[in-house]
Amino acid sequence: MSPKTLYDKIWDAHLAHEADDGTCLLYIDRHLVHEVTSPQAFEGLRMANRKVRAPDKTIAVPDHNVPTTEGRDNPEAMPEDSRIQVAALDKNAKDFGIHYYPVSDVRQGIVHIVGPEQGWTLPGMTVVCGDSHTATHGAFGALAHGIGTSEVEHVLATQTLIQTKSKNMKVEITGKLSPGVTAKDITLSVIGLTGTAGGTGYVIEYCGEAIRDLSMEGRMTVCNMAIEGGARAGLIAPDEKTFEYIKGRPHAPKGAQWEAALAWWKTLYSDDDAHWDKVITIKGEDIAPVVTWGTSPEDVLPIDAEVPAPESFSGGKTEAAKRALEYMGLKAGQKLKDIEIDTVFIGSCTNGRIEDLRAAAEILKGKKIKVKRAMVVPGSGLVRAQAEEEGLAEIFTEAGFEWRLAGCSMCLAMNPDQLQPGERCAATSNRNFEGRQGRGGRTHLMSPAMAAAAAVTGKLTDIREMN
Amino acid sequence: MEKFVKLTGVAAPMPLVNIDTDMIIPKQFLKTIKRSGLGVNLFDEMRYDDNGNEIPNFVLNQPAYREAKIIVAGDNFGCGSSREHAPWALLDFGIRCVISTSFADIFYNNCFKNGILPIVLPQEEVDKLMDDAERGSNAVLTVDLESQEITGPDGGTIGFDVDPWRKHCLLNGLDDIGLTMEKAASIDAFEAKAAMERPWV
Repeated sequence: MSPKTLYDKIWDAHLAHEADDGTCLLYIDRHLVHEVTSPQAFEGLRMANRKVRAPDKTIAVPDHNVPTTEGRDNPEAMPEDSRIQVAALDKNAKDFGIHYYPVSDVRQGIVHIVGPEQGWTLPGMTVVCGDSHTATHGAFGALAHGIGTSEVEHVLATQTLIQTKSKNMKVEITGKLSPGVTAKDITLSVIGLTGTAGGTGYVIEYCGEAIRDLSMEGRMTVCNMAIEGGARAGLIAPDEKTFEYIKGRPHAPKGAQWEAALAWWKTLYSDDDAHWDKVITIKGEDIAPVVTWGTSPEDVLPIDAEVPAPESFSGGKTEAAKRALEYMGLKAGQKLKDIEIDTVFIGSCTNGRIEDLRAAAEILKGKKIKVKRAMVVPGSGLVRAQAEEEGLAEIFTEAGFEWRLAGCSMCLAMNPDQLQPGERCAATSNRNFEGRQGRGGRTHLMSPAMAAAAAVTGKLTDIREMN
Repeated sequence: MEKFVKLTGVAAPMPLVNIDTDMIIPKQFLKTIKRSGLGVNLFDEMRYDDNGNEIPNFVLNQPAYREAKIIVAGDNFGCGSSREHAPWALLDFGIRCVISTSFADIFYNNCFKNGILPIVLPQEEVDKLMDDAERGSNAVLTVDLESQEITGPDGGTIGFDVDPWRKHCLLNGLDDIGLTMEKAASIDAFEAKAAMERPWV
């Protein structure tokens, strides 16, 4: 047999049909659904009198729109348009008989945090969701990617997706990371190097010692932002850490099925002589704590750098950088560490897991914030409960942070958690686009520890210089 | 889905790179449960000021481009969120074709599901079409999917590639789901086999 990459293996195991012209139908093992990109898909099913083909493989949770303040299970707490969307998901989940975690359920949270937490996401699976950050699930060695609403409807109706195969890219992070450098710095640094279109047409496999050393939470952070690099998906071969994380979760296999699953999962790695269409190697020690300065996730620099001059770029990027600096209210040559911030957001499917909260709390212990507003939004009700049990919630609130309920919140600002025009935010989320966190809002992306440090000092801060 | 055979219209130039789907349709308009009516909010934050008034120098607000059917864009158009509201908003405005040097993967797929043709061309050809587009209503482009050719205002043509299956679906306005359902026997067979091999799924 010819050598294969991990992506090749998962692809081959899910090919349900291949037409003469090469068009493939890929079988989907898990379909995650949220309230914003699904109403039109369910409406399409109703209009065509179609059913959900595999309701037992379809899992829904409202996350994008929901308020993260207390009392939110009262529908009156939501603006009318959000309420209608969440109510539509309630009804669709019930009518079509799919798994559902409503707002009132402690297991509710961001769909990409709930899936792994509940054991829905397993190695070697195909996982899709009408959300670009579905790439997160790749951390388990699953082929996971975002789809549009038409494709959501297609998967609901047929449990398959029409696909053409992507190319294989290997991103290897060798050696050890330096102190203060996290999974977020890895994933941002890769995007800084390849650009936001660098991964277009590829599925990325992240490997190397620095990746193996990451926890499952860290691996999810890395894969989560594969989409920001333009890739269809990002994945990491499963290992003992993966199996340990999964074991005992509510929907993980048990008993003899666990043993059978484990035997197959252990075959899920890229063969030594597999073909790669592109290889990128970065030394772990060369990665610094980074922040973004502009309005694209590729606008990444080490925290001790200066705001770049637009003229230092070529092609259309010069104009884009000019526009970005104007939008961000920054000047070329300004030190990143001199940039003052007024808001801090810790949360999102990128960095809303327990380990992220621990890292931030570690910095905040016994300190007070110097910013106007800081909030922590745990990725799920269970993450929140665990953080409370570990005493982290107390550290956050004593420092001056708002301690919120689970949801997407200020990552995309569809709910009331938004920046005002001109406000500048240190955020652990994944996108710094114009208007992303609120019209006119300015976003700097970074790791949870760096965001916490910024909250304490009131400006972008080098975590390595914190006591 | 409306067929796409041949399109003749004005092309709006948007040379900015990395135009993301948050720019194409900001999040506050994602709360709809319908596909229609988003055209008025296409590029909302670039197109209107804080009071909802049109920003005159934004391309789609200029008289020459108010009826544009094509966008010629900078690299990596449609990056970011998977929101299909982006092609829905373009379509609702009247845009049926976007030309760029590259597109983000999910946006690219979403276009084909909605009767929009995204065309990838090399930089020098996009530059040429960008120049044509800058000439406004004097510069009508014709995009012929059948022959895979764009005809410029001066009569010159540029060929483009498109996946044969997607071309077939666009030309005939075919519904993917109906076509896949014709392959139900293959899906059934796969499901039965997978249930034996990976019963834990």
